[in-house]
Amino acid sequence: MFDLERWQEIFETLSKNKLRTFLTGLSVASGIFILVILLGISTGIQNGVRSQFQRDATNLISIWAGSTTKEYKGLNPGRRIQLKNDDFNAVSTKYADNIEHESAFYTIWGGLVNYKNESGNYRIQGILPGNQFIENADITSGRFINIADVEGLKKVAVIGNKVSQDLFKGEDPIGKNISLYGINFKVVGVFYDPGGERDESKVFMPLTTAQLAFNGGDNIRNMMFTLKMSDNFDQAVAESQAIATAIESEIKQRQTVAPDDTNAVRVNNTLEEAKKIYSLVGTISAVFWFVGIGTIIAGVVGVGNIMLIIVKERTKEIGIRKALGAQPWSIVGMILQESVFVTLLSGLLGLILGLALLELVGPLIQSDFIEYPQVDFNTAITTVFILVFAGAIAGFIPAYRAAKIKPIVALRDE
Amino acid sequence: MIEIKDLQKSYQMGSNSLHVLKGINFNVKEGELVSIMGSSGSGKSTLLNIIGMLDEADQGSYTLDGVPIKNLNEKIAANYRNKFLGFIFQSFNLINYKTALDNVAMPLYYQGVKRKERAEKSMHYLEKVGLADWSHHLPSELSGGQKQRVAIARALASDPKVLLADEPTGALDTKTSYEVMDLIQGINDEGKTILVVTHEDDIAQMTKRIVHLKDGLIIDDSKVEQVRASVHV
Repeated sequence: MFDLERWQEIFETLSKNKLRTFLTGLSVASGIFILVILLGISTGIQNGVRSQFQRDATNLISIWAGSTTKEYKGLNPGRRIQLKNDDFNAVSTKYADNIEHESAFYTIWGGLVNYKNESGNYRIQGILPGNQFIENADITSGRFINIADVEGLKKVAVIGNKVSQDLFKGEDPIGKNISLYGINFKVVGVFYDPGGERDESKVFMPLTTAQLAFNGGDNIRNMMFTLKMSDNFDQAVAESQAIATAIESEIKQRQTVAPDDTNAVRVNNTLEEAKKIYSLVGTISAVFWFVGIGTIIAGVVGVGNIMLIIVKERTKEIGIRKALGAQPWSIVGMILQESVFVTLLSGLLGLILGLALLELVGPLIQSDFIEYPQVDFNTAITTVFILVFAGAIAGFIPAYRAAKIKPIVALRDE
Repeated sequence: MIEIKDLQKSYQMGSNSLHVLKGINFNVKEGELVSIMGSSGSGKSTLLNIIGMLDEADQGSYTLDGVPIKNLNEKIAANYRNKFLGFIFQSFNLINYKTALDNVAMPLYYQGVKRKERAEKSMHYLEKVGLADWSHHLPSELSGGQKQRVAIARALASDPKVLLADEPTGALDTKTSYEVMDLIQGINDEGKTILVVTHEDDIAQMTKRIVHLKDGLIIDDSKVEQVRASVHV
């Protein structure tokens, strides 16, 4: 392997057979190149899809109250159930380890909002800071409601983009006062919601402020929790279901509702959405692996084919070399060393070109569905070695057979 | 130099067995120039291939320069071919992507001779066959006669004990054939043992001894008055 004379002989053979060397190298290099690009785009699409849907992929549990339909512990059916701050606090404390974001809501559905001479009807919600993440609200200017606002019963509001456009007509709303039923609130932030205009036609304010200003007492309309996601979907399902069930029975117990009364306390679990995302990413990943493995197989077959042809083409040369005193193993070694050298070099070249292209073009791609196309370097290098190894195996078999042929037979080959 | 006793060889052709050599007894002394003649199918090429260790005999003994040639594995055969024998083929069998010089150097490469020494020795033999000026030409740039002379230089390069020529003039015109035979006679004059397989009578007359083969047996083995090829050139 480290015989200088052998290397000289090989370089001479390769340089004298430029076309053959070039074509072998080209097919290997292009195979690796395509594979790298393919894997890169696959990763890019996975990243893109993840980031597009990730925010909706959260495991959201919503809890509303309705009216009882069953008699329980001497209480009549048809009783309206009212959720209280205490219900929220109890759940929040009990499941603090599992909950990622949380918010209780006190909502006025069509509240009249005025700014100077402009007015409009918007949904007014008293919320907690966690709602920013539950709603996927992006703050475009200013800030969201924070915990100090809630604790200090501040008269501040965060308005949706639509509200801002309607009332302020392009004026900067931050620091201005809007009036809700005659009460002034200072606008501290504007939010943008990917959900669209409907989700942007809202005015958020601290829960405590809303309850005080609009005679809510300690009533809340509903509450929402997002759970921390585990990487494994099955695990996520199990956890989420267990927690949703536990929250439901906790609240039913607090409100003295029959455990099987589904109307009085309603729990909605959006894990289904998460399931779709998980399976979408899984499918994309599987498709690209399938294509990738297919490409590798095609590459292996291609390299094998080239090696077969090269050995076939060189049968006569092998016969001549043997007649002149070449040992069988020196023939096999020569062919293998040549093929491994060429495939390894061109494979690495293809790898570098592919990585360079991804590196250069990747950041320029303007698509929501492709983000950070990149390749795991280990995967790529493993692929190169698989191809080289396959090329060596594919070259070894015919080379070994050619070296076994009696020189007189090999010489007769035209 | 070469001692052959009761050499037999048959080939399997489908279900039929073809008995090509039916017991050859044949000796060659050092410095002889022997031609083996016979019509096609007489077994002359098979005999040469067995002598050249390119093929194996089924029966009989073969001794080359006191070394019994039997039970050869590929490795030993390759080694013996490299050390003892030089081949000259009808179709030249030069490696087409190597220059004349590199072709001549091939046997030396397999002897493990270093690159520089290889080039010097090869150049020496190319000069000997009169092709020093063509050393860096590819076979495709040479005429038939020149190619055969490169092949002769290659056969000589490893300084073998015996030169084996299988129809060396078969692909050449008469004039070129005589030039090649002149070269072969010159090499023989220097003491090299040479076996030539041919079916051309005029070529055979230029050797010192003619062995006639027919149907796998030697029917005639006689010394002849050598015709110098230089007379015709």
